[in-house]
Amino acid sequence: MNGLRVIFQREINAYLRSSVGYILAATVLMLDGLLFYTQALGPDTEARVSGQVLAIFFYTTSGLTVIASLVLSVRLIAEERQLGTQVLLNTSPVRDWEIVLGKFLAALVFITGITLSTLYMPLMIVVNGKVSIAQILVGYSGLVLLGAAVLAIGVFATSLTRSQLVATAVGAGITAVMFLFWPLSTVVDPPMSRVLSALALHGRHFSGFQQGLLHTRDVFYYLAVTYFFLLLATKILEAKRWE
Amino acid sequence: MIQLTEVRKYFGEKRALGPISFEIPPGGAVGFLGLNGAGKTTLLRILATDLRSSAGEVEIAGINVAANPHEVRKKIGYLPETPPLYRDMAVGEYLKFVGQIKGLSPDRVDNRVREVEEYTQLTSVHDEFTQNLSHGYRQRVGIAQAIIHKPELLILDEPTKGLDPVQVLELRGLIMRLKEEHTILVSSHVLTEISQTCDRVFVLNQGELIASGSEDEISANLSGTYRIMLGARMASDTRAEDLVHFVQGLPDITSVEMVQQDDQLLTLLVQSPTDCRGSLSRSLVKSGHDLVRLELGSNELESLFVELLGQKVN
Repeated sequence: MNGLRVIFQREINAYLRSSVGYILAATVLMLDGLLFYTQALGPDTEARVSGQVLAIFFYTTSGLTVIASLVLSVRLIAEERQLGTQVLLNTSPVRDWEIVLGKFLAALVFITGITLSTLYMPLMIVVNGKVSIAQILVGYSGLVLLGAAVLAIGVFATSLTRSQLVATAVGAGITAVMFLFWPLSTVVDPPMSRVLSALALHGRHFSGFQQGLLHTRDVFYYLAVTYFFLLLATKILEAKRWE
Repeated sequence: MIQLTEVRKYFGEKRALGPISFEIPPGGAVGFLGLNGAGKTTLLRILATDLRSSAGEVEIAGINVAANPHEVRKKIGYLPETPPLYRDMAVGEYLKFVGQIKGLSPDRVDNRVREVEEYTQLTSVHDEFTQNLSHGYRQRVGIAQAIIHKPELLILDEPTKGLDPVQVLELRGLIMRLKEEHTILVSSHVLTEISQTCDRVFVLNQGELIASGSEDEISANLSGTYRIMLGARMASDTRAEDLVHFVQGLPDITSVEMVQQDDQLLTLLVQSPTDCRGSLSRSLVKSGHDLVRLELGSNELESLFVELLGQKVN
C-alpha cells in the first residue's frame, strides 16, 4: 500500500503544478457553463420544469466528463515510458496494481474536483426551482462513476503503448464503441438489444443518475467496467514490466 | 552477491545475450566492458529486474530473481543510461519520492535525502527542478536516487556518458567512495573508466562473455605471462648487467628486459608464468638491493581489449 500512497501523492502534485491540469479544468468549466446556458437553460426554459433543466445539465456535463477523463488518462503510463521514468517504477519494490491504482485514483480525484466545481449551476436551479439536494447528489455520483469508468478505459489504453497518440486512439475507440451500444440496442432485435443496452456506457445506465434515480444495477455496472479495465491494465503492465 | 547460470536473452529471433554464467562475490566494483551492442545494457537490465531473461537463472543476494523480483528490487539501486528523472519535480522532492517508493519510512526519508544530497554534492540544487539541471547534475541525481535506500547492489549503466572531463573525474571519485559501501556494477565502453574504478572486469562481445578477472589476470591469461615492472636501487658495488643477470637466474623468470637506468636506480620488465613478486622482492632485498617499485600489469586494458576482440574475430 505504501507504493500506492506515494504514487498517488506524486500524481496529485503533478496535476496541481502542471499547466495541462489547469487548462483542462478551465476548458471543461467554460464549456460546461456555455452548455448550461445554451442547452439546459436554453431559449424555451419557461416550458421546462427544473428537474428537466437539471437532467440536461447532467447530460451535457457527462459528455465533458468523458472527454476530460480520456484526455487525462491516456498520458498516465505512456508518458512514463516516453520520459524513461517507467524504469524507475519497474525496478522499485512497488506492485503493478499499486502503480495502476495510484495513478487512477489521483486522476479520479482531479476529475472529481473539476466536476464538483460545476456545483454552482445545479445550486442555481435549487435556488430558482424545485429540485432536491438528493437529486443533485445522485447526479454527481453518476458523473463520478462514469468518469471512473472512462478513466479506467484510458488507463488500459495507456498501458498498451508508449505513444500517447495511439493510447488516445485506443481509449477513444473503446469509449465510442461502448457509447454506440446504446443507439445500436434500439435498432437490433432481442436478445442482442438487451445485451447491448446492458453494456452501453451511457444511455440506460446513466439516464437514472440524470433523473436523480439511484439504481444499484447502474452503480454496479460502472464499478464493474472500472474494475475490469483496471485489472486489464494491471495485467498488461505486469507483462510489459518484464518484457 | 550475484550468480548467473546459463542466462540467455532473445529479442524475437535475435540473440542479444548469452549463454552467460558467472558469479560475483559481495563488495568492490565490477566493470562490464564491451563495444556498443555487446550486450552490456541487456545484462544490466536483467540484473536490475527491468528485463526478464529468456532462459537461465539469476540469483541476487541468494534470491531467485524470476521467483521473487519484488524482494530483489529492495536490494538494488539502478542508474540506467538516461537517469529516470521527473522533469516537474525539484531534486529534493524527487529524491524523497524515490526513497519512499524504495521503502524508506516517512520519518527516515527526509534525513536520508539530506545525507544523499551531501554525499553526491546536490545540496545546492535541492530546490531546483530536474529539467533545469546540467547533464552532470542530472547524472548525480541519477546516482543519488540509486543509493537513497542503501542498496546492497548498485548498478550503473554508462554513468559517465556525455560528461565533460571534470565531471568524469568527479563522478569517478564518487564511484570510488561508493565502492566502500556497496557492490557496484559499472558498464562502459570507455576503457580507462573501467580500468580506474573497477577491481574486476568482464569483457563482453556480441552477447558473450569473452574474458573476466582483474586487469592483470586477463593480461596473464591472454599471454600466459605475468609482466612485472621492477624498480631497484642497486647495491653500491653492483652494475646493471649484474643485476639483470641475477634476476634472470631466479626461479620462474622467463625474461628480463632493462627499461631504464638512472645512476644506481634500475627499472626492469620481468616476465614470468607465475605471479612471483613475493620471491622476487625477497631475493632482491636479501642480496642487498633496495626495492623501490614492484607492480603487475604492464599491458594496458585498451590493448588487452583490442587483443581480445581481435582473437574473437579471428
